[in-house]
Amino acid sequence: MTATQTALDRVTRVPGVRGALVVAAADGLVVAEQLMDGVDGQAAAALTGSLVGRLARTAESAGLRPPAFVHLRGDSGSVLAAPGPDDLVLVAVVGPDANLGLARLEMIEAAGRLA
Amino acid sequence: MTDDIRALTARMADEPGSLAFLELAEALRRRGQLDAAYKVARGGVSRYPGLADAHDLMARVLSDQGDLAGAFDAWSSALQLDPMRTSALKGIAFLYFRAGDRDAALTHLERALEVDPDDPAIAKAISRLAAAPLPTPPPPVESAPPELPPASAAATAPPGARRRHGLFEELDGGEQGLLLVDGNGLRLGGRLAGEDGDAAGDRVAAQLAGVSREAARASRLLGLGSWHSIAVESPDAHLVLAQPTPDTVLLASRDPSLPMGRVTLLAERAARAARAWLEAEG
Repeated sequence: MTATQTALDRVTRVPGVRGALVVAAADGLVVAEQLMDGVDGQAAAALTGSLVGRLARTAESAGLRPPAFVHLRGDSGSVLAAPGPDDLVLVAVVGPDANLGLARLEMIEAAGRLA
Repeated sequence: MTDDIRALTARMADEPGSLAFLELAEALRRRGQLDAAYKVARGGVSRYPGLADAHDLMARVLSDQGDLAGAFDAWSSALQLDPMRTSALKGIAFLYFRAGDRDAALTHLERALEVDPDDPAIAKAISRLAAAPLPTPPPPVESAPPELPPASAAATAPPGARRRHGLFEELDGGEQGLLLVDGNGLRLGGRLAGEDGDAAGDRVAAQLAGVSREAARASRLLGLGSWHSIAVESPDAHLVLAQPTPDTVLLASRDPSLPMGRVTLLAERAARAARAWLEAEG
């Protein structure tokens, strides 16, 4: 099993996670995905890649190092993103009852092993 | 020297960069060894200037030493790093009461109660303070009360008067680390720390132009409804974005030692203040 598949497996095992994908931040394309029905992987990749890129530029403008984790919270759930090496971003779409703390830990750990 | 102080001193000698100074200075303070406590606390503050606990500790030591103005500054620093720190709010309330400003003391205790409504000691202190006579001002020269800023002014002043001051003046920590940005990337209020003054805030504001629309689109297309906040963890800071109105974005930035949940609470309070300000501005 590749590092990417291992990362997706770890994240999607967390209760409440609807799906996870690895995105190339530069162009917002999906590298790999494990998604439940109803989650639009291409939209998640494009939008999250763009948002993470903007937040990284915002951090840089403030003289800060790049984000290690991003959490967009909505009415009915959240999008989580953990940038990894080689401009890859591990993204998860989670429901409102997800274990966010566990998802965060798994994602930061898994994103560091992406290659 | 008691065993615990001896053990903590030995630990400090072995690991000078550790956080053992917090326990050591507190143990010394409790034993009344205030000069020694001050030296340990001062070393801790200089090693960990971003640690609210260190400033809180320094404030307690200075307060015990009778340096009330110094204690006020130290608790203010602690609040700047951790706006929800009830010990600092209570400490500042005590100082205001000592200085004869009951309203400001009550304002800080009420804020502490808002942060921690389950702490019965705060509610009790509020009742006692409301009923207690103000202390007789200490004699001048030797132990004059500190010249404290009028913290109650922002809370009691009419909205028009408030606008003359900072947009986030009511919040602990004030303008620093809070930024209100319009849809075109222009800074409406607040400041970010930077070597080049307000330029860092302006650069960040420019990057945030349109982030609200982008977040709204992502949230909607992924079936998450409206977005509430974006939390960003950098090794150097915890940032939270909130949306006071559809056309504005609020950024709260704090030291990463402050838990993200607290930064989110701060961002929510700042967003409410910004919304009220924007409505008042028309």
